[in-house]
Amino acid sequence: MAHRFPALTQEQKKELSEIAQRIVANGKGILAADESVGTMGNRLQRIKVENTEENRRQFREILFSVDSSINQSIGGVILFHETLYQKDSQGKLFRNILKEKGIVVGIKLDQGAAPLAGTNKETTIQGLDGLSERCAQYKKDGVDFGKWRAVLRIADQCPSSLAIQENANALARYASICQQNGLVPIVEPEVIPDGDHDLEHCQYVTEKVLAAVYKALNDHHVYLEGTLLKPNMVTAGHACTKKYTPEQVAMATVTALHRTVPAAVPGICFLSGGMSEEDATLNLNAINLCHLPKPWKLSFSYGRALQASALAAWGGKAANKKATQEAFMKRAVANCQAARGQYVHSGSSEAASTQSLFTACYTY
Amino acid sequence: MGEGAVTMPHSYPALSAEQKKELSDIALRIVAPGKGILAADESVGSMAKRLSQIGVENTEENRRLYRQVLFSADDRVKKCIGGVIFFHETLYQKDDNGVPFVRTIQDKGIVVGIKVDKGVVPLAGTDGETTTQGLDGLSERCAQYKKDGADFAKWRCVLKISERTPSALAILENANVLARYASICQQNGIVPIVEPEILPDGDHDLKRCQYVTEKVLAAVYKALSDHHVYLEGTLLKPNMVTPGHACPIKYTPEEIAMATVTALRRTVPPAVPGVTFLSGGQSEEEASLNLNAINRCPLPRPWALTFSYGRALQASALNAWRGQQDNAGAATEEFIKRAEVNGLAAQGKYEGSGEDGGAAAQSLYIANHAY
Repeated sequence: MAHRFPALTQEQKKELSEIAQRIVANGKGILAADESVGTMGNRLQRIKVENTEENRRQFREILFSVDSSINQSIGGVILFHETLYQKDSQGKLFRNILKEKGIVVGIKLDQGAAPLAGTNKETTIQGLDGLSERCAQYKKDGVDFGKWRAVLRIADQCPSSLAIQENANALARYASICQQNGLVPIVEPEVIPDGDHDLEHCQYVTEKVLAAVYKALNDHHVYLEGTLLKPNMVTAGHACTKKYTPEQVAMATVTALHRTVPAAVPGICFLSGGMSEEDATLNLNAINLCHLPKPWKLSFSYGRALQASALAAWGGKAANKKATQEAFMKRAVANCQAARGQYVHSGSSEAASTQSLFTACYTY
Repeated sequence: MGEGAVTMPHSYPALSAEQKKELSDIALRIVAPGKGILAADESVGSMAKRLSQIGVENTEENRRLYRQVLFSADDRVKKCIGGVIFFHETLYQKDDNGVPFVRTIQDKGIVVGIKVDKGVVPLAGTDGETTTQGLDGLSERCAQYKKDGADFAKWRCVLKISERTPSALAILENANVLARYASICQQNGIVPIVEPEILPDGDHDLKRCQYVTEKVLAAVYKALSDHHVYLEGTLLKPNMVTPGHACPIKYTPEEIAMATVTALRRTVPPAVPGVTFLSGGQSEEEASLNLNAINRCPLPRPWALTFSYGRALQASALNAWRGQQDNAGAATEEFIKRAEVNGLAAQGKYEGSGEDGGAAAQSLYIANHAY
């Protein structure tokens, strides 16, 4: 055990911790708008819009030009590389529009999955090469947080010890490099909902995965107060015949977290993972009403569950801008309420908001 | 473990829901608000040192008489003592009226615990580091202790800070043995107190101790997770984060509190119901002031933060007793006094004694302490 070689100075720690807290302050959450080109293709195909750079730009423009009051519900937006350098129709950079609204800008940093040989189709995530230089550049370009998604699945012999350990290690390396460059790392170890396993099994696996993640973060000297966690909620597999209530999901989720996530972590922003917009909100609300000790903020980092209705309202037509923005704002506000345990289910179930957004074996 | 060959089995639950509830209820009772633990589990060898300091012979009878001084405390201790850790011999001893000590303690609504480790053994190839033995037949021993009235257990591992220690091996091995012990206890309805003590020997500063404590605790909780230990049915007994005893820099209780709570917040999951600090050679007053500062620390603390003190609860009592039965009452009063003070400190309500001198302020540090 060498003498401690501090990874970060006091000033660096302070900066990271302030950024993290700003993102999740007062019930705010994150808009995950970092869909890769391929993934945007899937989204646009559903509403019969061509996957061009301009169409991608237009949709993001509509979201980001929404009224400033969005900053009461959205503390951070995760962007894809292309989007970071795009502008609105007046030539203003998206990232500046967001920052002027007081929203923290983030960037997806991983570079997709790579197979782990000798496993049952398990993967690790690439993106560590030159990551420090990329982070430094993004920081100059106005970014203050990063995101890296690791994927684990529940199946026969899965997740294996190797998959857990390898993904936890890669997450920890990524987190360490981010912090060296003034970026808050969002750590995302997603256990995907594919499969017919029940709630208890997902809880068991989630606990094992998170324990490994936090051990790896500790081993890599990551400053927890300057990180955020983006986990799956604990849910049954999508093909599980048994149905669970939001309260059951909440109890399983918070139990798993409180057995594994140190109190030093300022916020936990759940991924929506294919849940409908309404379910994602109801579950988040139930989580915030759970009586177990919850020393971290429990909020959202939603992609599909914030944008599905907006996409449907847009349909690729500029004339639908207002309806699109209203749909987006409505979900943002609902989720902010849920992050405070104050969401009241409206009772009206618009088609898009309750429609399951599950896509098998989801990759962004 | 071979790459790719290792599996994630479906969960084979280690404990039923009823077993979990029992363990969690016991743990919560021990660390109920304002309560902590009296560590009265000194081995025969440790008692030898204590008794020799007051000129008393280390016989079984004298050890019985001394524990009687502590256990005859009146109902005032009910509100500040949640558990008492016994040594094996003491679990089967009785007071002068033939009443088993176990019964006296239980009748006060205090949970009975038992030390179950069998002391340290060297780790070859290290710089004087150790692991702790006691796993052989532990399940059978726990089953018997449970029948004999014990509801919690304690196992102490020891790590030390020096140029090259604690080594990765020492951390890994001690974390693993603590997790095996904890798992076995829970199978027998016994709440395991997990004690990974980092000794205060050395001249290292507060930051170094904090760093090491974080590494050790991270390893402990990973091992507990790997061994499927039910955290809600455990307690942690760590060292406070302090400078080494030979460190020239002096720190305030607030600095100690901040370093300690920060280390815990980074490593101890909120599911753990309570952290019961060891006193590790601090004087009685220091141990109380530090605990109080910890409970006034402005950082959010999701677990109870209380005491599991041996020397820091008993030093004045031992001194007042000096082996004389005529002094027993006065000695018991000394113990009750420290118990009440620590009960307040566990709530951040202790105002400080203002006393100086006497056994309360005298440092209880003994180099390389073995209980």
